Amino acid sequence: MMEPGLYHILFISTALFFIGVLGFLTRRNLITMLMSIELILNSVNLNFIAFNKYVWPGKMDGLFFTLFIIAIAAAEAAVAIAIIINLYRSSQSIDVNNAEDLKY
Amino acid sequence: MPNATNIALIPLLPLAGFILLGLFGRKYGKNKAGLIGTALLLGSTLLALYTAYDYFFVYGKVNGVYQQFVPLKITWLAFSKEMSIDMGLVIDPISVMMLLVVTFVSLMVHIYSLGYMKGEERFPTYYAFLGLFTFSMLGLVLASNIFQLYIFWELVGVSSFLLIGFYYDKPSAVAASKKAFIVTRFADLGFLIGILVLSYFSGTFDFQTLIARLTSPESNEVKTAVASTFLGVSALSWGAALVFIGGAGKSAMFPLHIWLPDAMEGPTPVSALIHAATMVVAGVYLVARLFPVFSVTTPAVLEIIGWVGAVSAIIAAVIACTQTDIKRVLAYSTMSQIGYMMFALGVSHYGGEAGLGYTASMFHLFTHAMFKALLFLGAGAVIHSVHSNEMKDMGGLRKKLPITHFTFLVACLAIAGVPPFAGFFSKEEILLAAYQHNTPIYWVALITSGLTAFYMFRLYFSIFWNKPREVPGEHSAATGNHGEGGFVMMLPLVLLGTGAAAAGFIPFGEYVSTDGKALESHFHLSFSIAPVALGLAGILTALWMYAKASDRPAKLAASLGGLYRAAYRKFYIDELYLFITKKILFNLVGRPAAWFDRNIVDGLMNLTGNTTVLVSERIKKFQSGKVQQYAIFFLGAVVLLAVLFIYVWK
Repeated sequence: MMEPGLYHILFISTALFFIGVLGFLTRRNLITMLMSIELILNSVNLNFIAFNKYVWPGKMDGLFFTLFIIAIAAAEAAVAIAIIINLYRSSQSIDVNNAEDLKY
Repeated sequence: MPNATNIALIPLLPLAGFILLGLFGRKYGKNKAGLIGTALLLGSTLLALYTAYDYFFVYGKVNGVYQQFVPLKITWLAFSKEMSIDMGLVIDPISVMMLLVVTFVSLMVHIYSLGYMKGEERFPTYYAFLGLFTFSMLGLVLASNIFQLYIFWELVGVSSFLLIGFYYDKPSAVAASKKAFIVTRFADLGFLIGILVLSYFSGTFDFQTLIARLTSPESNEVKTAVASTFLGVSALSWGAALVFIGGAGKSAMFPLHIWLPDAMEGPTPVSALIHAATMVVAGVYLVARLFPVFSVTTPAVLEIIGWVGAVSAIIAAVIACTQTDIKRVLAYSTMSQIGYMMFALGVSHYGGEAGLGYTASMFHLFTHAMFKALLFLGAGAVIHSVHSNEMKDMGGLRKKLPITHFTFLVACLAIAGVPPFAGFFSKEEILLAAYQHNTPIYWVALITSGLTAFYMFRLYFSIFWNKPREVPGEHSAATGNHGEGGFVMMLPLVLLGTGAAAAGFIPFGEYVSTDGKALESHFHLSFSIAPVALGLAGILTALWMYAKASDRPAKLAASLGGLYRAAYRKFYIDELYLFITKKILFNLVGRPAAWFDRNIVDGLMNLTGNTTVLVSERIKKFQSGKVQQYAIFFLGAVVLLAVLFIYVWK
């Protein structure tokens, strides 16, 4: 068995990132889009942890960043869900195509 | 020592009135506004009286010389160590004298307006404006800094504009207020440049320092100012002359007088306050304030001032003889009397006996304020009663308006220079000063004094004697019974009448003179004979022509022919101005400028606007409202930037 190294982790985080982007761009359900955003954020988290562990093993900066991102992601999720609930109340749907009133 | 708080309160009380009535008057104080304004001004007047007493009789005199005090000076804008615009208070004989005049006449006008403006739609606004004017005028009088004076100078201009245009639904009033503002503003341009020139060479705005530096011929400031010339005239003379242009505009001196007769469109008490007693003498006050500079350093400019004053005096007197609107007669008379004050300054010298003209000018300013305000208020009472400004609608009013008649007569005697009324004393002093120092001006002044007596009594006889035009009773039936106004309108007339009768006995020379030392005023009986005789001759001519309705005035007018017509049309000066502005300035400057503005400036503006509209029409579809589309653009842009930064710009 090969010990997993930096490249393995980077591969996973890149995969996660693009899965998230793809989900965000193609899914019409707002909840699914929100989940895709979480995937993107978590891929970034993985990058921070990995670089911290393999490149600057003596430091903690990457860990702190990750903690911050997790906290912000929680807040963001709360706000996003509040928006989604309000959208649902006004248009009885959480399809992103129905939420296009803010245009020229 | 002067008490700074008391003195500062004199202008601040009317300001408080302006702010209170201006903000809340229309809502809450519909009827109380007049009383509030009057009460505040009464406070100011009492403080001014106290200040005057204190200055003249308690602390002002040190070793027989009246000193100048600056009890308060706040630096407001400092440009450098020496150059700063200050807000200060100056206490010296002329400023204290002006304090008295301004507060007293303003108080009289406030009281009078309680009756005259009663029931007016914008009654509180009127009192607010009066407060603003009084504040500005007092600030002007007390200014310790030439720039402070300029600020208040413009403020009185604004309040004059507001009050002339008080009846803003009347097109002629609107035109008159614009004319007054534009003409005086034009003159003030000269004033501003003059201030800049004088302060550039003296290095200060402060009156005391400026005068001290510019009056000693050995000082460096004077030397550099005299050395630098423009068109062969020294910079100092230019500065002084330009400052005088500002004064001439405000004081309606020829040829900048055209706004004053039109300014009579304002309410009559306003004419009494602003356009007779106080604001129009601001120019005289300005020259008096800078008198040491004029007389010591630039005597040539003082000579010009003298001649401008004399020419204005006689031209205005001739025009006044032909006008039929009673307020216009009074307006030209005001201009003529201010001409007297100006040339009295012009023939004066600095210090001692030779400074008689200065004292006389200030004395005449004082007495003129009394009798001219009285004449205007009396004319107001007449207009109030007959609802017309035209002489032909009046006549035989002496029974109907007894108090007005009597006080008006006193004022006419005073302005005609009949002893022992106030005008006699001040006019004699002016004539004496002119006789001693400039004989041609003396002759002009002498003729003018005869004309003055004639036109004033022409006015008096036409209003109160002559033959009544209508059948008695018809008039009052048509317009309701309009006798004299109530107590509030008669009280100021009586008080001012007392002033006009008695103010001449004040030994003015003791208090006001060029150098602060008491000036002995000699009384020459033999000298007084000529002017008094001429005055009486004028009165008798008026009596012969106007005491009874006859065709004598018409015959005389016909025999004078062209001269009469020219005077009646005010020597075509208005027409000349119209020609210069409308035909020459509008066509040669205005039209090209308008074309440039409409086509080039507006064209550029429209071009940018239209381009923006066009472009945004094209690209607005990007704003589709679809979140995922935005995300794709965003992603694409990030990828693009990443490629750029990684591969192109390294």
